[in-house]
Amino acid sequence: MTEHPITMLKRKSDLLNHHERAEIDSWLARYPADKKQSALLAALRAVMHEDHYLSREKMDAVADYLGLPEIAVYEVASFYSMYEMDAKAAAKYSISICTNVSCMLCGSDGILEHIESKLGIKLGESTPDGKFFLKVEEECLAACSSAPMMQVNHVYHTHLTSEKVDEILDGLE
Amino acid sequence: MAEEFVTIEINDQPVQARKGAMLIEVADKHGVVIPRFCYHKKLSVAANCRMCLVEMEKSFKVVPACATPVNAGMKFWTRSEKAKNAQKAIMEFLLINHPLDCPICDQGGECELQDVSVGYGSTKSQYAEIKRVVQDKDIGALIETEMTRCIQCTRCVRFGDEIAGMREMGGVGRGDRLEIGTYIEKTLKSELSGNVIDLCPVGALTAKPSRYKARAWELQAHDAIAPHDCVGSHLQVHTFRKEVVRAVPRENDAINECWISDRDRFSYQGIASADRLTKPMLKRDGHWYEASWQQALEATAEILRAADPARTGALANATSTVEELYLFQRLMRGLNIRNIDHRLRQTDFSDQNAAPICPSLGMPIAQLEQQNAVFLIGSNVRQEQPLLNHRLRKAVLKGAQVMALNPRAFTFNYTVTQQAVAPVEMLQALQAIVNDPDNGVMATLKQAEHATVLLGNVANQHPDFAALRALAYRIAQQTGATFGYLVESANSVGAWVAGVVPHRLSAGRELKQPGVPVGEFLNENTRTFVLLNTELADFGNPQQAVQALTAAQNVIVIAPFADETTRQYATVLLPGSTFAETSGTFCNVAGQWQSFKGTTEPPGEARPTWKVLRVLGNSVGVPEFDWVATEEIVAELHLELDGVETCSNAYSAEGKDVLHKPFSADGFQRIGDVEMYRVDPLVRRAKALQAMMPTAEVHLNPQDAASMGIAAGDAVKVSQGAAAVTLPAQLDEGIPVGCVGVQSGLEVSNVLGAAFGSLQIAKAG
Repeated sequence: MTEHPITMLKRKSDLLNHHERAEIDSWLARYPADKKQSALLAALRAVMHEDHYLSREKMDAVADYLGLPEIAVYEVASFYSMYEMDAKAAAKYSISICTNVSCMLCGSDGILEHIESKLGIKLGESTPDGKFFLKVEEECLAACSSAPMMQVNHVYHTHLTSEKVDEILDGLE
Repeated sequence: MAEEFVTIEINDQPVQARKGAMLIEVADKHGVVIPRFCYHKKLSVAANCRMCLVEMEKSFKVVPACATPVNAGMKFWTRSEKAKNAQKAIMEFLLINHPLDCPICDQGGECELQDVSVGYGSTKSQYAEIKRVVQDKDIGALIETEMTRCIQCTRCVRFGDEIAGMREMGGVGRGDRLEIGTYIEKTLKSELSGNVIDLCPVGALTAKPSRYKARAWELQAHDAIAPHDCVGSHLQVHTFRKEVVRAVPRENDAINECWISDRDRFSYQGIASADRLTKPMLKRDGHWYEASWQQALEATAEILRAADPARTGALANATSTVEELYLFQRLMRGLNIRNIDHRLRQTDFSDQNAAPICPSLGMPIAQLEQQNAVFLIGSNVRQEQPLLNHRLRKAVLKGAQVMALNPRAFTFNYTVTQQAVAPVEMLQALQAIVNDPDNGVMATLKQAEHATVLLGNVANQHPDFAALRALAYRIAQQTGATFGYLVESANSVGAWVAGVVPHRLSAGRELKQPGVPVGEFLNENTRTFVLLNTELADFGNPQQAVQALTAAQNVIVIAPFADETTRQYATVLLPGSTFAETSGTFCNVAGQWQSFKGTTEPPGEARPTWKVLRVLGNSVGVPEFDWVATEEIVAELHLELDGVETCSNAYSAEGKDVLHKPFSADGFQRIGDVEMYRVDPLVRRAKALQAMMPTAEVHLNPQDAASMGIAAGDAVKVSQGAAAVTLPAQLDEGIPVGCVGVQSGLEVSNVLGAAFGSLQIAKAG
């Protein structure tokens, strides 16, 4: 008698796309079935890779997918500085300029100034085209011996000069 | 495994302690005070506040007492110079960001931070920099937040995870920016959420309804018993100038541990409702007149004496005290009125003669958590009896299996194997379980060392209750499980014992000329009704009730409240008391009689209800009606009960013709379980709790919705009998096909008919 199509209820995890699911699944496979929380960092990384930030909806989707309380996802997402929870930070390239002691002594303030004027944005802002985001980085990025340095997405660029910065940023698609 | 005991030394005194116990636990047991914020005996150890640092022999560093397991020969000093310095330093650290707003803080005067600061802190602080400010969160109508005061002990976070079974709060951010909160704007949904108010050692989480009402030292504390569910949680009710401003738990490990449900905590708000009756009222020619007690009692007596007992019905709510219920039935029977009942939501009375003297849990409450297998039949225990659910959850965490057969999938905060079938199919589903000894339910119950089969409120209200009971009893017998009931109200057990049923006197004594159950006299033939603490929303079929009450010549209402509907059908209003304004007794689901004294006085000319009944008994001239205290009434009932086995759930109708044809339903079947904040007159008037309720909706199976072209949020016309209401649709896979979830007790459902009857739905508009 079931001629009616069964209306599937929407689940929060429906928001995760194919790539995100595949990535999360590959991590889930490494942990015991009852320890899905272990895949949380990787899951958030997968979402960051797709969206360049973590929307609340996507975090809820991850929580649903991994069977975690939503707050447990917010906690982790807000703890690690590699995750962005603000849509304004969603740019293709996230630039962190180290301004801690070693870099500062080697002229990081000038590098920062140069990048700000080059991109026309201040720390914590994104370019209108959504290409660059200047992240407020408070911690030392552990490349003191090669100061000054910056990190663009996952890549470290060291021994910076204004010319070198121009070369790096102009070379990005 | 036997526990090993070791000898340790605390402050040079040898003490015996369980090996591996945390030092703070041992110290507490021996009366050695160690300051703490994050440690709580019912929660896991976090060791993050560091307030409990003490000196330990052979340790250069001081150690946290909450996270230091003891072993033979260990020596600790809790007040040595080293310990004191550590405690002082931690106190200074914790106060760095804590505001000095004690004068306007509700926690002031009962604040652990204040107390510990005075006892262990310093009068000076080296900190001269700017304090941090944290934005307050709105987490609903029950809990006020002042997050700058938070010292991040995480008790509230751990409570959500470990006790409430749903983690709603957490630590967001990190380092000096860590904030306790929900991250998103969110109302705490747990039915136990209010307990974080007691857990919070500072003024970060306080009771919103009590905010700025009084200072802690101006309050008077009174012991009380919670009046809503059958647990009978121990309360302390706080009054300020005779007004109830707060209710908090009293610790009792056998009943409520140190928790109470939000319903028990915040329902006191209903006491001062605008519906409160403060004067006796008489209706003449359709108009209400205030009357003196004498006039009112005389008028009532006249009505009762003139009434034909065979055409009079007496109905009492099981939230009334044992004393009220006992006097009520004595009064009615003294007038030869036999149609007496308290089972306002029950529909099937066919096996009432086989029913136990009083339905009960069949074991002490604490024993629920020792069960290895539990089978719930027709029970939304999480909403109905939140603290029994907490015990079941503890059992599950220890490995127990909980199974359930329900008319809809109720939400649990632990793993439950739940079978949700349409109400008309519940009987067959249960029959199938009984008939198959290899069935998962039967096998699990049989294998378990401690197993129980429990009938819940929904089963009790089910049209096939008798048959469900017979089958449930058979399952229990065949598997060796304990058979028990999760009863509806604070005093459902007491109502049976007090004889507020048509077929039995108090103490379960048989009646030669029994009356008929409520279902049979709630109609136009009954010309006079006497209602004790009962109103429309208390009936399983409000449509039937309002017809009968409106048609009656006289309706005498003895209650603390009267709403518009009551004023329409009533002819006499006698103002009575709430649980806080009378001495009395509730008998809980485990058969524990719990007496309490009045907390305050009823407002205006309202009087303790038992006194109203007592004097009414004298006015109508019932003989031997002369108690002067509630204790005497209970003592009399206890005399009657001498030698009577009340707490046996043995059921004798098994195999007789209770297994009649299951009821049938045309159209859609309604699933009308009662919304948790609408169960009785008091809670229905508690403002903050009312604000916590989800919007009234009609829940449909997605398949039914699709075939009728109804999408989530669409307006749906729900008709039952002559009445119809329009509600937004909610698609819910937990509703069986052919069924519709419309909860009972709601304002909109007051015009509807039977909670488990049939109804029609159509897309509105």
